Amino acid sequence: MIVDSYRFLPRSFRPFYEGRGPFRGEEEPVWAPFTKRLADSRIALLSSAGIYLKASQPSFDLDAERARPEWGDPTWREIPASFEPGDVDVAHLHLSHDDMLTDPEIALPARAMAGLVEAGVVGGSTSAHVTVMGYQDRRLTDWKEKTSVEIVGFLRGQEADGLVLAPA
Amino acid sequence: MMPAVAEERRTPRVVGVEFPFGHAFGMPHDGAMHRRVLELALRVLAGAGGSGARVDYDAQWPVPEREAYRAWQPKEPSPIVKRLLERRAQAST
Repeated sequence: MIVDSYRFLPRSFRPFYEGRGPFRGEEEPVWAPFTKRLADSRIALLSSAGIYLKASQPSFDLDAERARPEWGDPTWREIPASFEPGDVDVAHLHLSHDDMLTDPEIALPARAMAGLVEAGVVGGSTSAHVTVMGYQDRRLTDWKEKTSVEIVGFLRGQEADGLVLAPA
Repeated sequence: MMPAVAEERRTPRVVGVEFPFGHAFGMPHDGAMHRRVLELALRVLAGAGGSGARVDYDAQWPVPEREAYRAWQPKEPSPIVKRLLERRAQAST
């Protein structure tokens, strides 16, 4: 099966995505070999669904995006791998929140990861995962200079061997 | 959800799913599906031989397409979509 990348995208949006090619300056292939056995590796998850801990973390800044529609909050959140569905809320103006609030695993599958650890498929999960809000300023300046640097530092601190990035 | 776009952006390893936006790992409360998608992603992470590897997950979304298309979208247009719609309306008047 070859996935239809545009099946669920409004038809008028398709030209914004299709055939755009790589970002300028990012034309070369990117590659980091994964040298360890998966069963000996510690893996983290990163979701762009805008999930945050509602009791202890600020929401992603939706008011600022409403004021500046071409801007998206570039900050990130650390979500414990042991989070419960009732612990989280979603801040993302481009998606329905209904199913993600019903079951956040559809965007951040921490329990599925724990099951694969228990089965020995993967060596371990990081103790916390990462979330961001996926709608971003097209220039990605904050992302390149701050957000990605902070997330890489966090993942190194978690001794992650690999990262599964799940776009929302 | 848009593996062709990920490929164009030079993403080194890609797993494609033909699922509505917001549902990267599948249907709510379908833990078996979440686990299958995640395991495929992990296998591609660890086993891909070089940049540009893409594997598509072979499953059809178990909800009628029109219903699924409406269900993933926010209750009101996002600010950028709202702006685009306003500009389009102005251009047509």
